[in-house]
Amino acid sequence: MFRLERGSPPVWWRALLPVLAVLITFLLVSLAIWAAGANPLDVFYEMLIKPLTKRTARFEILVQATPLLLTGIAVTYAFAAGYYNIGAEGQLYAGALMGALLGPKLGGLPPFFAITVMLLAGFLGGVLWALVPALLKVRLNVDEVVTTLLLNSVIIFFISALLNGVWRDPISGWPRSPSIAESAQFPGIIPRSRVHLGFLLAILAVISLWWILKKTRFGLELRAAGLGKEAARFMGVPVAKTMLTAALISGGIAGLAGVSEVAGVHYYLIDGISPGYGYTGIIVATFGGLQALGVTIAGLFLALVDTGALSASRSLGIPVYLGDIIQATLLIVTLAVLLLNRYRPVRSR
Amino acid sequence: MPLPYISLKNLCKRFGSLTANENVSLELYSGEVLALLGENGAGKTTLTKMLYGIYQPDDGEIFLAGSPVRFRSPADAIRGGVGFVSQHFSLVPSFTVAENIVLGREGAAILYKEALNNKVKQAAERFGLKLEPSALVRDLSVGEQQRVEILKALYRNCQLLILDEPTAVLTPQDVEKLFATLRHLQNQGLSVIIITHKLDEAMAISQRVAVLRLGKLVGVEATKKTSARELARLMVGRDTVPVTKNLEHDAEKTVALSAKNLTVKDKRGLTTLKEVSLELHKGEVLGIAGVAGNGQTELVDVLTGMREPESGSLSLNGKTLTLGNARAFEMAGVGRIPEDRLKGVVGDLSVAENLTLEHIPQFTQRGHLKTGAMTQEAERLISAFQIKAKATDKARTLSGGNIQKIILARTLSRNPSVVIAAQPTRGLDIGATTFVHEQLLAQKDRGAGVLLLSEDLDEILRLSDRILVMYGGSIVGNFLAHEANVETLGLVMAGSKHVSA
Repeated sequence: MFRLERGSPPVWWRALLPVLAVLITFLLVSLAIWAAGANPLDVFYEMLIKPLTKRTARFEILVQATPLLLTGIAVTYAFAAGYYNIGAEGQLYAGALMGALLGPKLGGLPPFFAITVMLLAGFLGGVLWALVPALLKVRLNVDEVVTTLLLNSVIIFFISALLNGVWRDPISGWPRSPSIAESAQFPGIIPRSRVHLGFLLAILAVISLWWILKKTRFGLELRAAGLGKEAARFMGVPVAKTMLTAALISGGIAGLAGVSEVAGVHYYLIDGISPGYGYTGIIVATFGGLQALGVTIAGLFLALVDTGALSASRSLGIPVYLGDIIQATLLIVTLAVLLLNRYRPVRSR
Repeated sequence: MPLPYISLKNLCKRFGSLTANENVSLELYSGEVLALLGENGAGKTTLTKMLYGIYQPDDGEIFLAGSPVRFRSPADAIRGGVGFVSQHFSLVPSFTVAENIVLGREGAAILYKEALNNKVKQAAERFGLKLEPSALVRDLSVGEQQRVEILKALYRNCQLLILDEPTAVLTPQDVEKLFATLRHLQNQGLSVIIITHKLDEAMAISQRVAVLRLGKLVGVEATKKTSARELARLMVGRDTVPVTKNLEHDAEKTVALSAKNLTVKDKRGLTTLKEVSLELHKGEVLGIAGVAGNGQTELVDVLTGMREPESGSLSLNGKTLTLGNARAFEMAGVGRIPEDRLKGVVGDLSVAENLTLEHIPQFTQRGHLKTGAMTQEAERLISAFQIKAKATDKARTLSGGNIQKIILARTLSRNPSVVIAAQPTRGLDIGATTFVHEQLLAQKDRGAGVLLLSEDLDEILRLSDRILVMYGGSIVGNFLAHEANVETLGLVMAGSKHVSA
């Protein structure tokens, strides 16, 4: 028999944990599927394997992965610095709002400039929405979990008010913002698919996440602040400044996710433009172990789950919320399994 | 001779390579107050935690009224009649006194407040504790909260009450009240173990005193037949320390670090560091002795740039230091060895990162890390200081001695003007301790001023040229090392005022 002992785990043990988390998650979710009256194996096949066999579905996963990767990266910056930003959802909306405000006015500009303006606007929107909680945290030590979370509702309902008020389409009565100029729309990057510039942006963001965390002084100081605040301070790391910067970068990248949905998918802003990408980003970051490669895998995997859940619900008649159940369960199981990271298995006498 | 209420036979407890308790045998009779005396890290708390079921002894046995018992958990110990009041209270602030006392003990779905308050009131009266059952705990003073903790233990029919440094948080008036309570309870047949490192208190309240040193029981004395002087000697060790101080540095009296009127207040507004001024000369080791909690931590925090004092100033070689700025201290030439070495390294970063982060501007080019140079520096320090690790290992996987070597290596290799060494050998084995001592003496020989804060008097005596003693947040003693000895230092450390050097 094996028993667990406090200590630093071997490498293989760490690598095993995500796999273990996925297995446990699927076991637990099987109960829900079974209760819904379907065969878990059929559902998992329909959901996880079948989308990979079809070209359209494969590219649809990349479309879905775009906002998940961006929010996952956003959350990673914050969490790695020990700043628990639960507000990526709101920061995403702030970015989307900036895009929707500027987008219609960019007609006549060459696409390169129009898109650059859109990206800057989205980033800025996210930064602004992240600014107040971040300042409250570093200046007055106000719990960022509460403030960032509550601000999500503020901006979501504010946008809803705009969409159902001044922006409501006078002819159709649809609650949507005016369309953005054609020059501000993200071009597609793969023919005969919906994959757009945003995906390239997400890939760039992943690479720069890796670069910044591993190769720059700022990244080292950020990780030090996140892993041991007091020790980092002792070694001269400006902890408050580093945390503030990480929080703002986090907001900015979440804002990019928002503008990318506006300019790459819908071309206008609607209610519920994000079905909780900001929250899923927390799962992506946590399951990805706050590392660039892990976040990439996690983002693609959760995009597969999202896409697959939709098609499985259509073909097998199970609720589409299954995807949400899987993601939520995965987060809880991952957090629980990560506790095992502090232990190592030893053969008991 | 009556049967002892509780007796410990050869209790041993090890944590990894560290032996916290070694063959401790002790007996305690009903109605007796035993003071458990010892320095920090002597194993007092570990011993009592075994009695309370928090730790399991690795070896040895506990007998309760003559029969062997095994407490697997605090719940077990409570059933066996043991109560424990720790320094950190476990009370619900928004509950009343009565609710806190019965929490988890009685009451079905409905609690009858009146009946409850009455019951608790009666219990409080019976045990001579002045408490209002309907008062909210958050409105109580620290002394009153402690009384609630004591009543909680007594309410669960405890026969043996363990108090872990109960006076550390109390005002002198509250200490008097606590001792009056304890005497009252003792008359009712309760046995009490009181952990302390204050000699006066041990003399005032106990019938017997047990002294622990480095995990071993070094003496059990009847309080009436002993003296504070004798206890101090037991507590800090009776081995005579060879005096190896070199006095040739006495000629050089250039001030390296000068502190003026440093004052620090804690969160409660109490002054924990009172107008401390000191001068550290070049080429000397200035030892600061004192029992834990007498302002040393606050002093270290200020001297290492981790805390801005309420008032006072610091200057290094005549230049004023920016207080509360760790990097400014480091750049100005203050070598810093933190009191808690785990607050000096980030456990989840690599050895190389921990060796270079303190001087990271040197390993940075336009914002990018010069990873090659970092690795090279790490390899150099690893071999120069014989750190048993690879540059890529995570710091947390290293032993305490090797973690301390990381801190020494990155600090001392920079030839700092002064070295602030706080508890540099706490918890280290003999080999690592010797290594640290050699390194500190090498710094002194190089001409640096070394400030050594330690609770280990042997260490202070062995290394220092001058010795200051801290008590109650002030410097109360100033000795030349060759004039000082364990006894006099021990007494000044314990707050006795009638000592002349």
